[in-house]
Amino acid sequence: MPATPLSSKLGLTPYTGPWNKATAKHLLKRLQFGAKKSDIDDMVSKGMLAAVNELLNPTAPYPAPPLNDYSSATVIDTTVVLGYTWVNNFNTDGTINSYRRLALKKWLVGQMIQQDRSITEKLCLFWANHFSTESDIIAYGNYVFNHHDTIRKNCLGNFKQLIKLITTDAGMLRYLNGYLNTKTAPDENYGRELQELFTLGKNVDVKYTEDDVKAAAKVLTGWRINSTYNVYFEPTVHDTSNKQFSAYYNNKVITGKTLAAGATETDELINMIFERPEVAKFICRKIYQFFVYYYIDDTIENNIIAPLANIFIKNNFEIKPVLDALFKSEHFYDSLYIGCQIKSPIDHVVSCLREFNIVFPNAVTEYADAYYLFNNFLNQMISIGQNPTDPPNVAGWPAYYQTPEYYELWINADTLPKRNKFTDLMVETGYTRNTKKVVINPIEFAKAISATPSDPNILIDDLFTYLISTDQSATFKANLKKQILLSGQVSDYYWTDAWNNYLNNPTTINFNIVNVRLKTLLKYIMNMPDYQLQ
Amino acid sequence: MERRKFIRNSLALLTPTIISGNPIHILQDHPIINPELLASVNNDRALVIIQLSGGNDGLNTVIPISSYSKYYNARANIAIPENKILKLEGYDATGLNPAMTSFQKLFNEGKLNIVQSVGYPQPNYSHFRATDIWMSGSDSNQYINTGWMGRYLDTTYANYPEAYPNDANPDPLAIQIGSITSLTCQGPVVNMGLSISDPSSFYNLIDGTDQAVPNTNGGYELSFVRRIAKQSNKYGVRIKAASDSVTQQVTYPNNSLASQLKIVARLIKGGLQTKVYLVNYGGFDTHAGQTNSTDTTIGVHANLLNAVSESVNAFQNDMKGLEIDDRVIGMTYSEFGRRIKSNASGGTDHGAAAPLFLFGKNVRGGVFGDNPDLPLSATVNDNIPYQNDFRSVYNSILKNWFCVNETNELQIMLKKYPTLPLINASVCGIAMENSVFSGNSMINNYPNPFNAFTRIEFKTNGGPTLLQLLDTTGAVIKVLIDTTYAYAGMNSYTLFGNNLHAGVYYIRVQNGVNQYVKTILKV
Repeated sequence: MPATPLSSKLGLTPYTGPWNKATAKHLLKRLQFGAKKSDIDDMVSKGMLAAVNELLNPTAPYPAPPLNDYSSATVIDTTVVLGYTWVNNFNTDGTINSYRRLALKKWLVGQMIQQDRSITEKLCLFWANHFSTESDIIAYGNYVFNHHDTIRKNCLGNFKQLIKLITTDAGMLRYLNGYLNTKTAPDENYGRELQELFTLGKNVDVKYTEDDVKAAAKVLTGWRINSTYNVYFEPTVHDTSNKQFSAYYNNKVITGKTLAAGATETDELINMIFERPEVAKFICRKIYQFFVYYYIDDTIENNIIAPLANIFIKNNFEIKPVLDALFKSEHFYDSLYIGCQIKSPIDHVVSCLREFNIVFPNAVTEYADAYYLFNNFLNQMISIGQNPTDPPNVAGWPAYYQTPEYYELWINADTLPKRNKFTDLMVETGYTRNTKKVVINPIEFAKAISATPSDPNILIDDLFTYLISTDQSATFKANLKKQILLSGQVSDYYWTDAWNNYLNNPTTINFNIVNVRLKTLLKYIMNMPDYQLQ
Repeated sequence: MERRKFIRNSLALLTPTIISGNPIHILQDHPIINPELLASVNNDRALVIIQLSGGNDGLNTVIPISSYSKYYNARANIAIPENKILKLEGYDATGLNPAMTSFQKLFNEGKLNIVQSVGYPQPNYSHFRATDIWMSGSDSNQYINTGWMGRYLDTTYANYPEAYPNDANPDPLAIQIGSITSLTCQGPVVNMGLSISDPSSFYNLIDGTDQAVPNTNGGYELSFVRRIAKQSNKYGVRIKAASDSVTQQVTYPNNSLASQLKIVARLIKGGLQTKVYLVNYGGFDTHAGQTNSTDTTIGVHANLLNAVSESVNAFQNDMKGLEIDDRVIGMTYSEFGRRIKSNASGGTDHGAAAPLFLFGKNVRGGVFGDNPDLPLSATVNDNIPYQNDFRSVYNSILKNWFCVNETNELQIMLKKYPTLPLINASVCGIAMENSVFSGNSMINNYPNPFNAFTRIEFKTNGGPTLLQLLDTTGAVIKVLIDTTYAYAGMNSYTLFGNNLHAGVYYIRVQNGVNQYVKTILKV
């Protein structure tokens, strides 16, 4: 084992090495939640360039919005009917909003489980973590939805544009008190986080001052939320004085403006910040750490981060060219980085459901059952440490930024047994709602994953090829085969006979002979520490 | 990538589901309400179950000296020469394979019980299915997805695994070494056993050694997850401490069964309160070349039997040396025996009933049951019919070793089975019936051979009595009598031949501890 994390010297030169199931799986697992066998096979046949192009250019229609799944005899929403969406409706009732926020979480879990073949859902999580907000602090369900909707619509767009939208996003204004920021008592909260967390970061080369935070706060005064609960600019509370910035910003002065023109100061502020080259580097580091690995040393900084930042700047902060260069690079496919990422809790839950081809009820036409089931998986994510739309604070989940552990923080003596318990549960019982059962079907999965499930060697090879990112020795696989599929016997034909007997004569007993062994095997594989990695 | 070094606590990993409101569970929360149950909870006894995977050839393990010529005729190419068979003190009719000198010694010391012809009514010849039947204790045509030991532990340890380990039960209830497929410890809700995922991983935990990982960031993170996996095993520290505390052991032979038993001895002596240890030894699927072609006393099967005999003997000596032999008994079993007639490749194919062994200081020494009644000239499909139901052996262990009461007995075994006198009566203080009949005095028929009918006469001590008709594959084809007699005495049944093909059949009578099988011939 290496004593410390390692860094590859390979840079952004396009990858020309072998393109196979291992590399396609690596790409899919990093850009999506889990890699389905059918996608891996298809991407192998398409080739690397086409695979990346497809993942970065989603074609799926924009999803139907979250619905009212909560109205009942005791929960009364007077403005939105059961089964209809509430996203355009404002409601001040705390209980109703708590149900709407929960409905949004379930909906979001559903989007991830039923994602199209693109980077969209993973990128939504990336930006939701970057622009971290907590839904229970925003409180209003439609604000929370709009915040995540802005992220969803711009996740592959322009970062500078996204910053502008988030700065005047009702959810963010509430979360970081921007709507309370007035000339008489400037609230520095957003002015600080805009620089420290959303654009520049805290690297040693970032040297904005406390005075810059205060000046930025003054620029941002005047954004309010009106009585119809829309964001507007109120010139009477805007600070119209000139705002002096430090040498770090070239002693820039943003001239105070009156009336509606005061709002344009916000654009000026953002433009000023984006003049700093550290913005592109900060975002590229976060992208790298989210999609590749957390460890960045001088080699990575020089060979990857700096050139990616140049691409970002050259393309006027369009997000896609950066991702395109990274995911097509020889660096991304270096074996040093295969299987080095610990799955986040969301990834652990969603990848399992997707990789085992578990079919859910339709999220619109069968929304009640679907949301009920999504809720179970939401609770699983929460129990192992990641609550969608509710990261612990404005910095996001520590596993994405906290040195030196980073995503090792996801795994501890409490969460690891729970992760294993979850996969065991999906093999054994799954969840049921109104006769709609979501559970792993070991026999159907064996048929799907392997062309020759009757051959225990091929079956085990196929399971590891598609489910596990680390290589396993032949001795280990042979042992697993003997212990589990052959019940201690040495002859492969005992499994083959059992499988064929089941196919030819699917009695309960023949079914169980095969099923109980497959269940044991799947549970074993998903309990291996290797399964936590991708 | 090297093998896993990760030891998994499968108990804690399974779904917590609501356990049905069983009064036994409630009683367990208040053991004082039920002193009998308390006794069974608090006894410090352990059971070691040795699974001989592959189907052990019972006829070349325990040899019916009294019908040696039939034995020889059926399998001349692999038969053990009569003068090489190991004799058993007080049991001239039966002997052991010459490779089993240590079992002979244990037997003569009264520490080994041979239970004859153990099986069940409709034998299954699939390794998988037969293994599942043995582990679950199900009928042949019934699928039960819990194990017999799992049900025992479930009745005794309420709501496991929630809130386990705890002060009263700091250790795994069952430890399974060497196999990860065992149903044996599967309870109604969770598996009650600490499944040691990979034998090598278990040894690694005991030895504290680490396996290599690849020199990549994947390897770096894998080491991290493995480390946490080890830490999160609630029992890992106790197991290692128990193992480390034992420094002096006898010398064990060099085979994987011995290695497993050596660890079991350390864990018991080291203070684990674990009730059940499962170990596995494979290779008994001897379809070909099971003996040396010129000397049938040596070869593959002899080596296997020698390993079992020597390993168990070393374990027994270790138990004695560590002064824990009062607390431990062991049992061997195999998913089936093998065919009476050997095949042309010097092996034997999948069969039916076979003997099993119980060992330990508190086991009643001796041979329980009679030699199987072999046909004069065995044909390829002929099997040894069962004399003792394997579940009556389980039942005897539960009642006379773990002192399980009658309510729980039925809940665990799912049906009423006889209790056989296999364990010293003093252990649970339960008076035991002795087998009072043997051989032909218990069952007879005339005429034999028969055509139109034969009259079967059998003795009963009163109580539940079962009379069955089996074919030569060992399968029960008809239950003739299944009733409870108020009085002891002779009874009879007339079997008509009009629906029977000509050939050999077996009649089996079971009455309490008495179980006997006789061969009959329809002409």
